[in-house]
Amino acid sequence: MQVRLKVFRYNPEKDKKPHYETYTLEVQPTDRVLDLLEHVKNYIDGTLSYRRSCAHGICGSDAMRINGRNRLACKVLVKDVGGSKITVEPMLGLRVIKDMIVDMEPFFEHFRSVMPYFVNDDPPPKRERLQSVEQRERFDDTTKCILCAACTTSCPSFWANEKYVGPAAIVNAHRFIFDSRDQAGAERLRLLNDQFGVYRCHTIFNCTDACPRDIQVTQAIGEVKRAIATGRID
Amino acid sequence: MRTHQFDVVVVGAGGAGLMAALYASRTASTAVISKLYPTRSHTGAAQGGVGAALGSDEEDHPEWHTYDTVKGSDYLGDQEAIEFMCSEAVPAVYELEHMGLPFSRTPEGRIAQRPFGGHTNNKTGKPVRRACYAADRTGHMILQTLYQQCIKNKVNFYDEFQVTDLLLNNGAAAGVVALELATGELHVFHAKAVIFATGGHGRIWEITSNAYAYSGDGVAITLRRGIPAEDMEFFQFHPTGIYKLGILITEGVRGEGGVLINDKGERFMERYAPTAKDLASRDVISRAMYLEIREGRGIGGKNYMYLDIRPETVNKYAALDGRKRTDGSPYLITSEEILAKLPEIIDFCRTYMGVDPVSQPMPIQPTAHYAMGGIPTNKYGEVVIDERNSVMPGLYAAGEVACVSVHGANRLGTNSLLDLLVFGKYSGLRAAAFAQGAGFQPLPEDPTDFTRAQFDTILNNGGTEKAADIAAEMKRVMNDHVSVFRTAEGMQLALDKMRELQERFKKVQVGDRGKIFNTDLLNTWELGNLLELAEVTTASALSRQESRGAHAREDYPRRDDANWLKHTLAWKEDCKIRLGYKPVEITKYEPKERVY
Repeated sequence: MQVRLKVFRYNPEKDKKPHYETYTLEVQPTDRVLDLLEHVKNYIDGTLSYRRSCAHGICGSDAMRINGRNRLACKVLVKDVGGSKITVEPMLGLRVIKDMIVDMEPFFEHFRSVMPYFVNDDPPPKRERLQSVEQRERFDDTTKCILCAACTTSCPSFWANEKYVGPAAIVNAHRFIFDSRDQAGAERLRLLNDQFGVYRCHTIFNCTDACPRDIQVTQAIGEVKRAIATGRID
Repeated sequence: MRTHQFDVVVVGAGGAGLMAALYASRTASTAVISKLYPTRSHTGAAQGGVGAALGSDEEDHPEWHTYDTVKGSDYLGDQEAIEFMCSEAVPAVYELEHMGLPFSRTPEGRIAQRPFGGHTNNKTGKPVRRACYAADRTGHMILQTLYQQCIKNKVNFYDEFQVTDLLLNNGAAAGVVALELATGELHVFHAKAVIFATGGHGRIWEITSNAYAYSGDGVAITLRRGIPAEDMEFFQFHPTGIYKLGILITEGVRGEGGVLINDKGERFMERYAPTAKDLASRDVISRAMYLEIREGRGIGGKNYMYLDIRPETVNKYAALDGRKRTDGSPYLITSEEILAKLPEIIDFCRTYMGVDPVSQPMPIQPTAHYAMGGIPTNKYGEVVIDERNSVMPGLYAAGEVACVSVHGANRLGTNSLLDLLVFGKYSGLRAAAFAQGAGFQPLPEDPTDFTRAQFDTILNNGGTEKAADIAAEMKRVMNDHVSVFRTAEGMQLALDKMRELQERFKKVQVGDRGKIFNTDLLNTWELGNLLELAEVTTASALSRQESRGAHAREDYPRRDDANWLKHTLAWKEDCKIRLGYKPVEITKYEPKERVY
């Protein structure tokens, strides 16, 4: 089948402002959108730039806007886009460096700000710390995050104010707050109980729709809000 | 050009690099340089588990793990190093748990374990639960956990810096050169110790489970600086990649009771591995699949088979095998249990094939998966550069890029994650200790000249060859002639082709002339690395006149311990490959016939 691939283009070394280019390609319905970008880069225009690595939805490199929604280019097949016109643009809310490549540093800065690591200062036992199947299940959903930034850059609150830590950072805080073995939950809740913390979330659900890992992002944020409000983690 | 100075520089930020950085940074100033953001590394794609004889719910011992690994290696693994790795496995896994890694749990709250190929109860020969897992996301959890700990410990990262060259002086490491992707600027990292942890090179084959980033940078860079590559002919083809795409379907599927089925509906592994069946070693299963396909028993006569995890299939064969749960009840699984234990592979199958594994079998074929060979090291991650295992001061390697050798001719599933934990840790410790007692080697006068020359050749050769055409031909020829089964004729053809492609590569044309994120230039440079490794792989394979582990020759179908129980070393000198050999270290286990 034939598709018209419309691609956001911006080369800071050449262009004063961004523009779009359209490529007409012969493709298979089962091709990934990433395969289309690879084809353009390999055979039409080598300057087309984007990040990619694993090509099967695990590494989180190739999050971008596909027909207006944040998706991983390697996890969307042509047949799933619907129609024969595909528009590819960089994620919103982060500075565009070149084509689909955005500056990820502000995103990772927010991630680092919520203590996204395990804290337990008791001397560890000789073997594992025990955790029941139910306790492990409590935070399972938020362990799946691959830090692709699809959620944060789909959030109108983040677009409105880049100081908002954003859904991804809260998801990663949630992963530890609700881990029965961790001891720094209260400190993370204090960090998120801030003018740029969880209350910027207005439950718009864009993040949940954007997550390529099917994490219930809005629900996780809600659970963190509730923990702050009640002072209880359960 | 900018110059930085650190005691220890780690190249690569997957599991091995992050583990090395965590340990080195405790006592030495340490920088991690990675072409990807750390969490993009390919460790994250590992699924089924990390091997350790914890014995969470049945008898197991590090000695059994050691023997299984030696046998799995087809006796090419160095036994002292294997014993070291398998005894370090138990504390390494508990250490991950103490770092917060969210392992799946047993009903008693312990780390959950599942069976995996080649891991056995040494008394009965039956599969043992040794793979410690977090659903089918074990690699993801390891990568995330180690990165989180690096943030906690304020490790220095240079993300999206492509290392292009290793600097040596007075026969020792002096640092590396790296290109900053965002600016195109070259940086020199002056260091007392350098640890390579850059991963593998499966992208030289057409059907592969490997990321685009797996372009063999570490081995290519060190080869160009006169360091040999060890056992490159041994590359693992994982039996279960998604048909045509190569995306990995974990061996954990078979650990949970999934079986391989041919066009006649037979569980064909019964004929090739009567005891272990679908949990035989990967090399054994990939060969069996090729033979079945050759006999016309591929699905619909094509070159793929089915992997079946539907509950009715699993329960039928589990009953025939007499498989029991740990409480002694018959092994029966439900769709819900499959969804809970294997969520990722179910998602892959639904997304990429429109197949739901709970109700349909998965079309699969062998996929190029893991480099057993690589930069030669000893069990502390120190790089050894000749037949006598002489250590190069200040140079280390760990993870898939290294060849210790603990995997020999064939790696067991779950041992790659174990490898990167153990040897990542020890290379980090050793590098930091070395840095404490050593000074900086002086930098060469013009440290970036070799890098600039390589880029200049790529950018300004005036040719019109397309990198994508060269890459496609390399991958096709390697898949046709240097994969699961090999012949002298096919490999000679491949070797000639790789040399021809390297000549064509000298006339490659790059469309992007810019500085900022010139991924066109970098991808082309990576292709140069892949071509070098494809040539070394083929030359090493052609010379080895026997069949052992992943290296199966139709013209030499038997293992030949009298002549070939030895490691290959390959040097690239004046554009030619020179081969040498060194003995295998055998301590407790005399080689014998390998039967599953």
